[in-house]
Amino acid sequence: MSLSNEQVGHIARLARIALTGAEIESTRAKLNDIFALIEQMQAVDTTGVAPMSHPQELATRLRPDVVTETDRREAFQKIAPQTEAGLYLVPKVIE
Amino acid sequence: MINASLVELRRALDARQVSSVELATLFLDRIAALNPQLNAFITVDRDGALTAARAADARIAAGDAGPLTGIPLAHKDVFCTEGVLTTCASKMLSNFVSPYDAHVVSLLKAAGAVSLGKTNMDEFAMGSSNENSFYGPVKNPWDATRVPGGSSGGSAAAVAARLAPIATGTDTGGSVRQPASFCGITGIKPTYGLVSRYGMIAYASSLDQGGAFGASAEDCALLLSAMTGFDERDSTSLERPVEDYAAALAAPAAGRPLEGLRIGLPREFFAEGMADGVRTAVEAALAQYRALGATTVEVSLPNAKLAIPAYYVIAPAECSSNLSRFDGVRYGHRAGEYTDLPDMYGKSRAEGFGAEVKRRILVGTYVLSHGYYDAYYLQAQRLRRLIAEDFKAALAQCDVIAGPTVPNTAWALGEMADDPVQMYLSDIYTIAVNLAGLPGLSHPCGFDAQGLPVGLQLVGDYFSEARLLATTHRFQQATDWHQRRPACAR
Repeated sequence: MSLSNEQVGHIARLARIALTGAEIESTRAKLNDIFALIEQMQAVDTTGVAPMSHPQELATRLRPDVVTETDRREAFQKIAPQTEAGLYLVPKVIE
Repeated sequence: MINASLVELRRALDARQVSSVELATLFLDRIAALNPQLNAFITVDRDGALTAARAADARIAAGDAGPLTGIPLAHKDVFCTEGVLTTCASKMLSNFVSPYDAHVVSLLKAAGAVSLGKTNMDEFAMGSSNENSFYGPVKNPWDATRVPGGSSGGSAAAVAARLAPIATGTDTGGSVRQPASFCGITGIKPTYGLVSRYGMIAYASSLDQGGAFGASAEDCALLLSAMTGFDERDSTSLERPVEDYAAALAAPAAGRPLEGLRIGLPREFFAEGMADGVRTAVEAALAQYRALGATTVEVSLPNAKLAIPAYYVIAPAECSSNLSRFDGVRYGHRAGEYTDLPDMYGKSRAEGFGAEVKRRILVGTYVLSHGYYDAYYLQAQRLRRLIAEDFKAALAQCDVIAGPTVPNTAWALGEMADDPVQMYLSDIYTIAVNLAGLPGLSHPCGFDAQGLPVGLQLVGDYFSEARLLATTHRFQQATDWHQRRPACAR
């Protein structure tokens, strides 16, 4: 397979990474190299093989439904780009 | 003193021949002298180190010292350290002073180890050369024109150059074992799930695993013993009793201490593609293992060649999901100018991430996008099972698997910087081990014609860390490759 500039632009939008036209062009060549490597997978017949998501096949643990974290809002917001009155500020979303 | 083993440092500290403050100062001064050339550290925490060293001296004086109390170490900058800059070598986190400690960091603090600072790495642990760092590449202490390997290149270079006796690292596709090989030191990646991932900035969560660097298996055993243990804050942390890996090395020396050990040699790892200097050193090390009593048997990992394509689906897929948290809202880099929220996300991420990180996010976004999931992610997970089953079959015929850690020795800075796929292929021997979740170790076993270190990889069954370390320890008792040092540390 070979990605078009249009496809690369679409993926970049999905990934929320702003790329310029020149960056899309240079990225496309590198991505096509990577996909050429990945395509080797398709030659293998894996019918009947169960996907392995995790080496240890663990069941998800449950814990008692009790509060374990303390309120550290001040420490966490100290490193935020922009806060006000205990809230994180972002550009207006709803007019 | 800079080349002393941890056992020797422990003895000197307990006998009051040296204080922890003196030891920390010795290594901090070496960092000040050598780091400008090597670039192994992103952050040096002199004040924090000296405070911790004074506390360690008080513990030693009170007779309350454990194996690591007062021992200096360095943390890969992927581990969150409360109150200390934690960058993951990314512009995205270049202003991130972590508000909490990673589990590994708190365990080592509690053990009384003294953190000297945070080591350089490939951005978000993505790379095999340490050239993908916002803070510039790390230089290999054996030859400053060459790469130290990656992604834990700063930790490996720091231990090789004796800027720290031991260091932490992480290994998603070889990021402990490959730089250990390139820098001529010992590095172990334990079984997936032994070391908590809490506070270890995530790259590919089903593969990421913390590990240990030291000059020898003995030093790695002492560090790893203090890093493992169940942590309820990591959903994949294993509920197992903590093992004392150092105790496993203590069996009395014998003429043929590895009598009965069966070493499996995967046919595929000794096929073409290995550099001559690597082959010669690895074959000589295997002869040494046989002289120590081990036998070698040929095994096969027929699907090993599929590990790289499968990895470059699974790791980018998981990375695209993990790195979506970096949006310029709650912490990290935010673009200076933007028009609306999507523009703020797009620009913050475009400015904050380097080229390789962006590439892997894009690959991951594509393979997880609508209509492609089965063909890519599920197919890669099926191959993952085939690879794990290959190891299972091979380990039924032997106790450990051995081979080269990397097909080549350290390459020149810039040599592969523009050819990501070529660099991916150099991880052929290490990546399969992560996909299977098995423990792997790299130890030095010689030098090539240019005087660059060669590493030998040992892979064992799940939870065989003690065996891997003890096997290496026997080799290191009979050889001195692990005691060779680059010129800056002699």
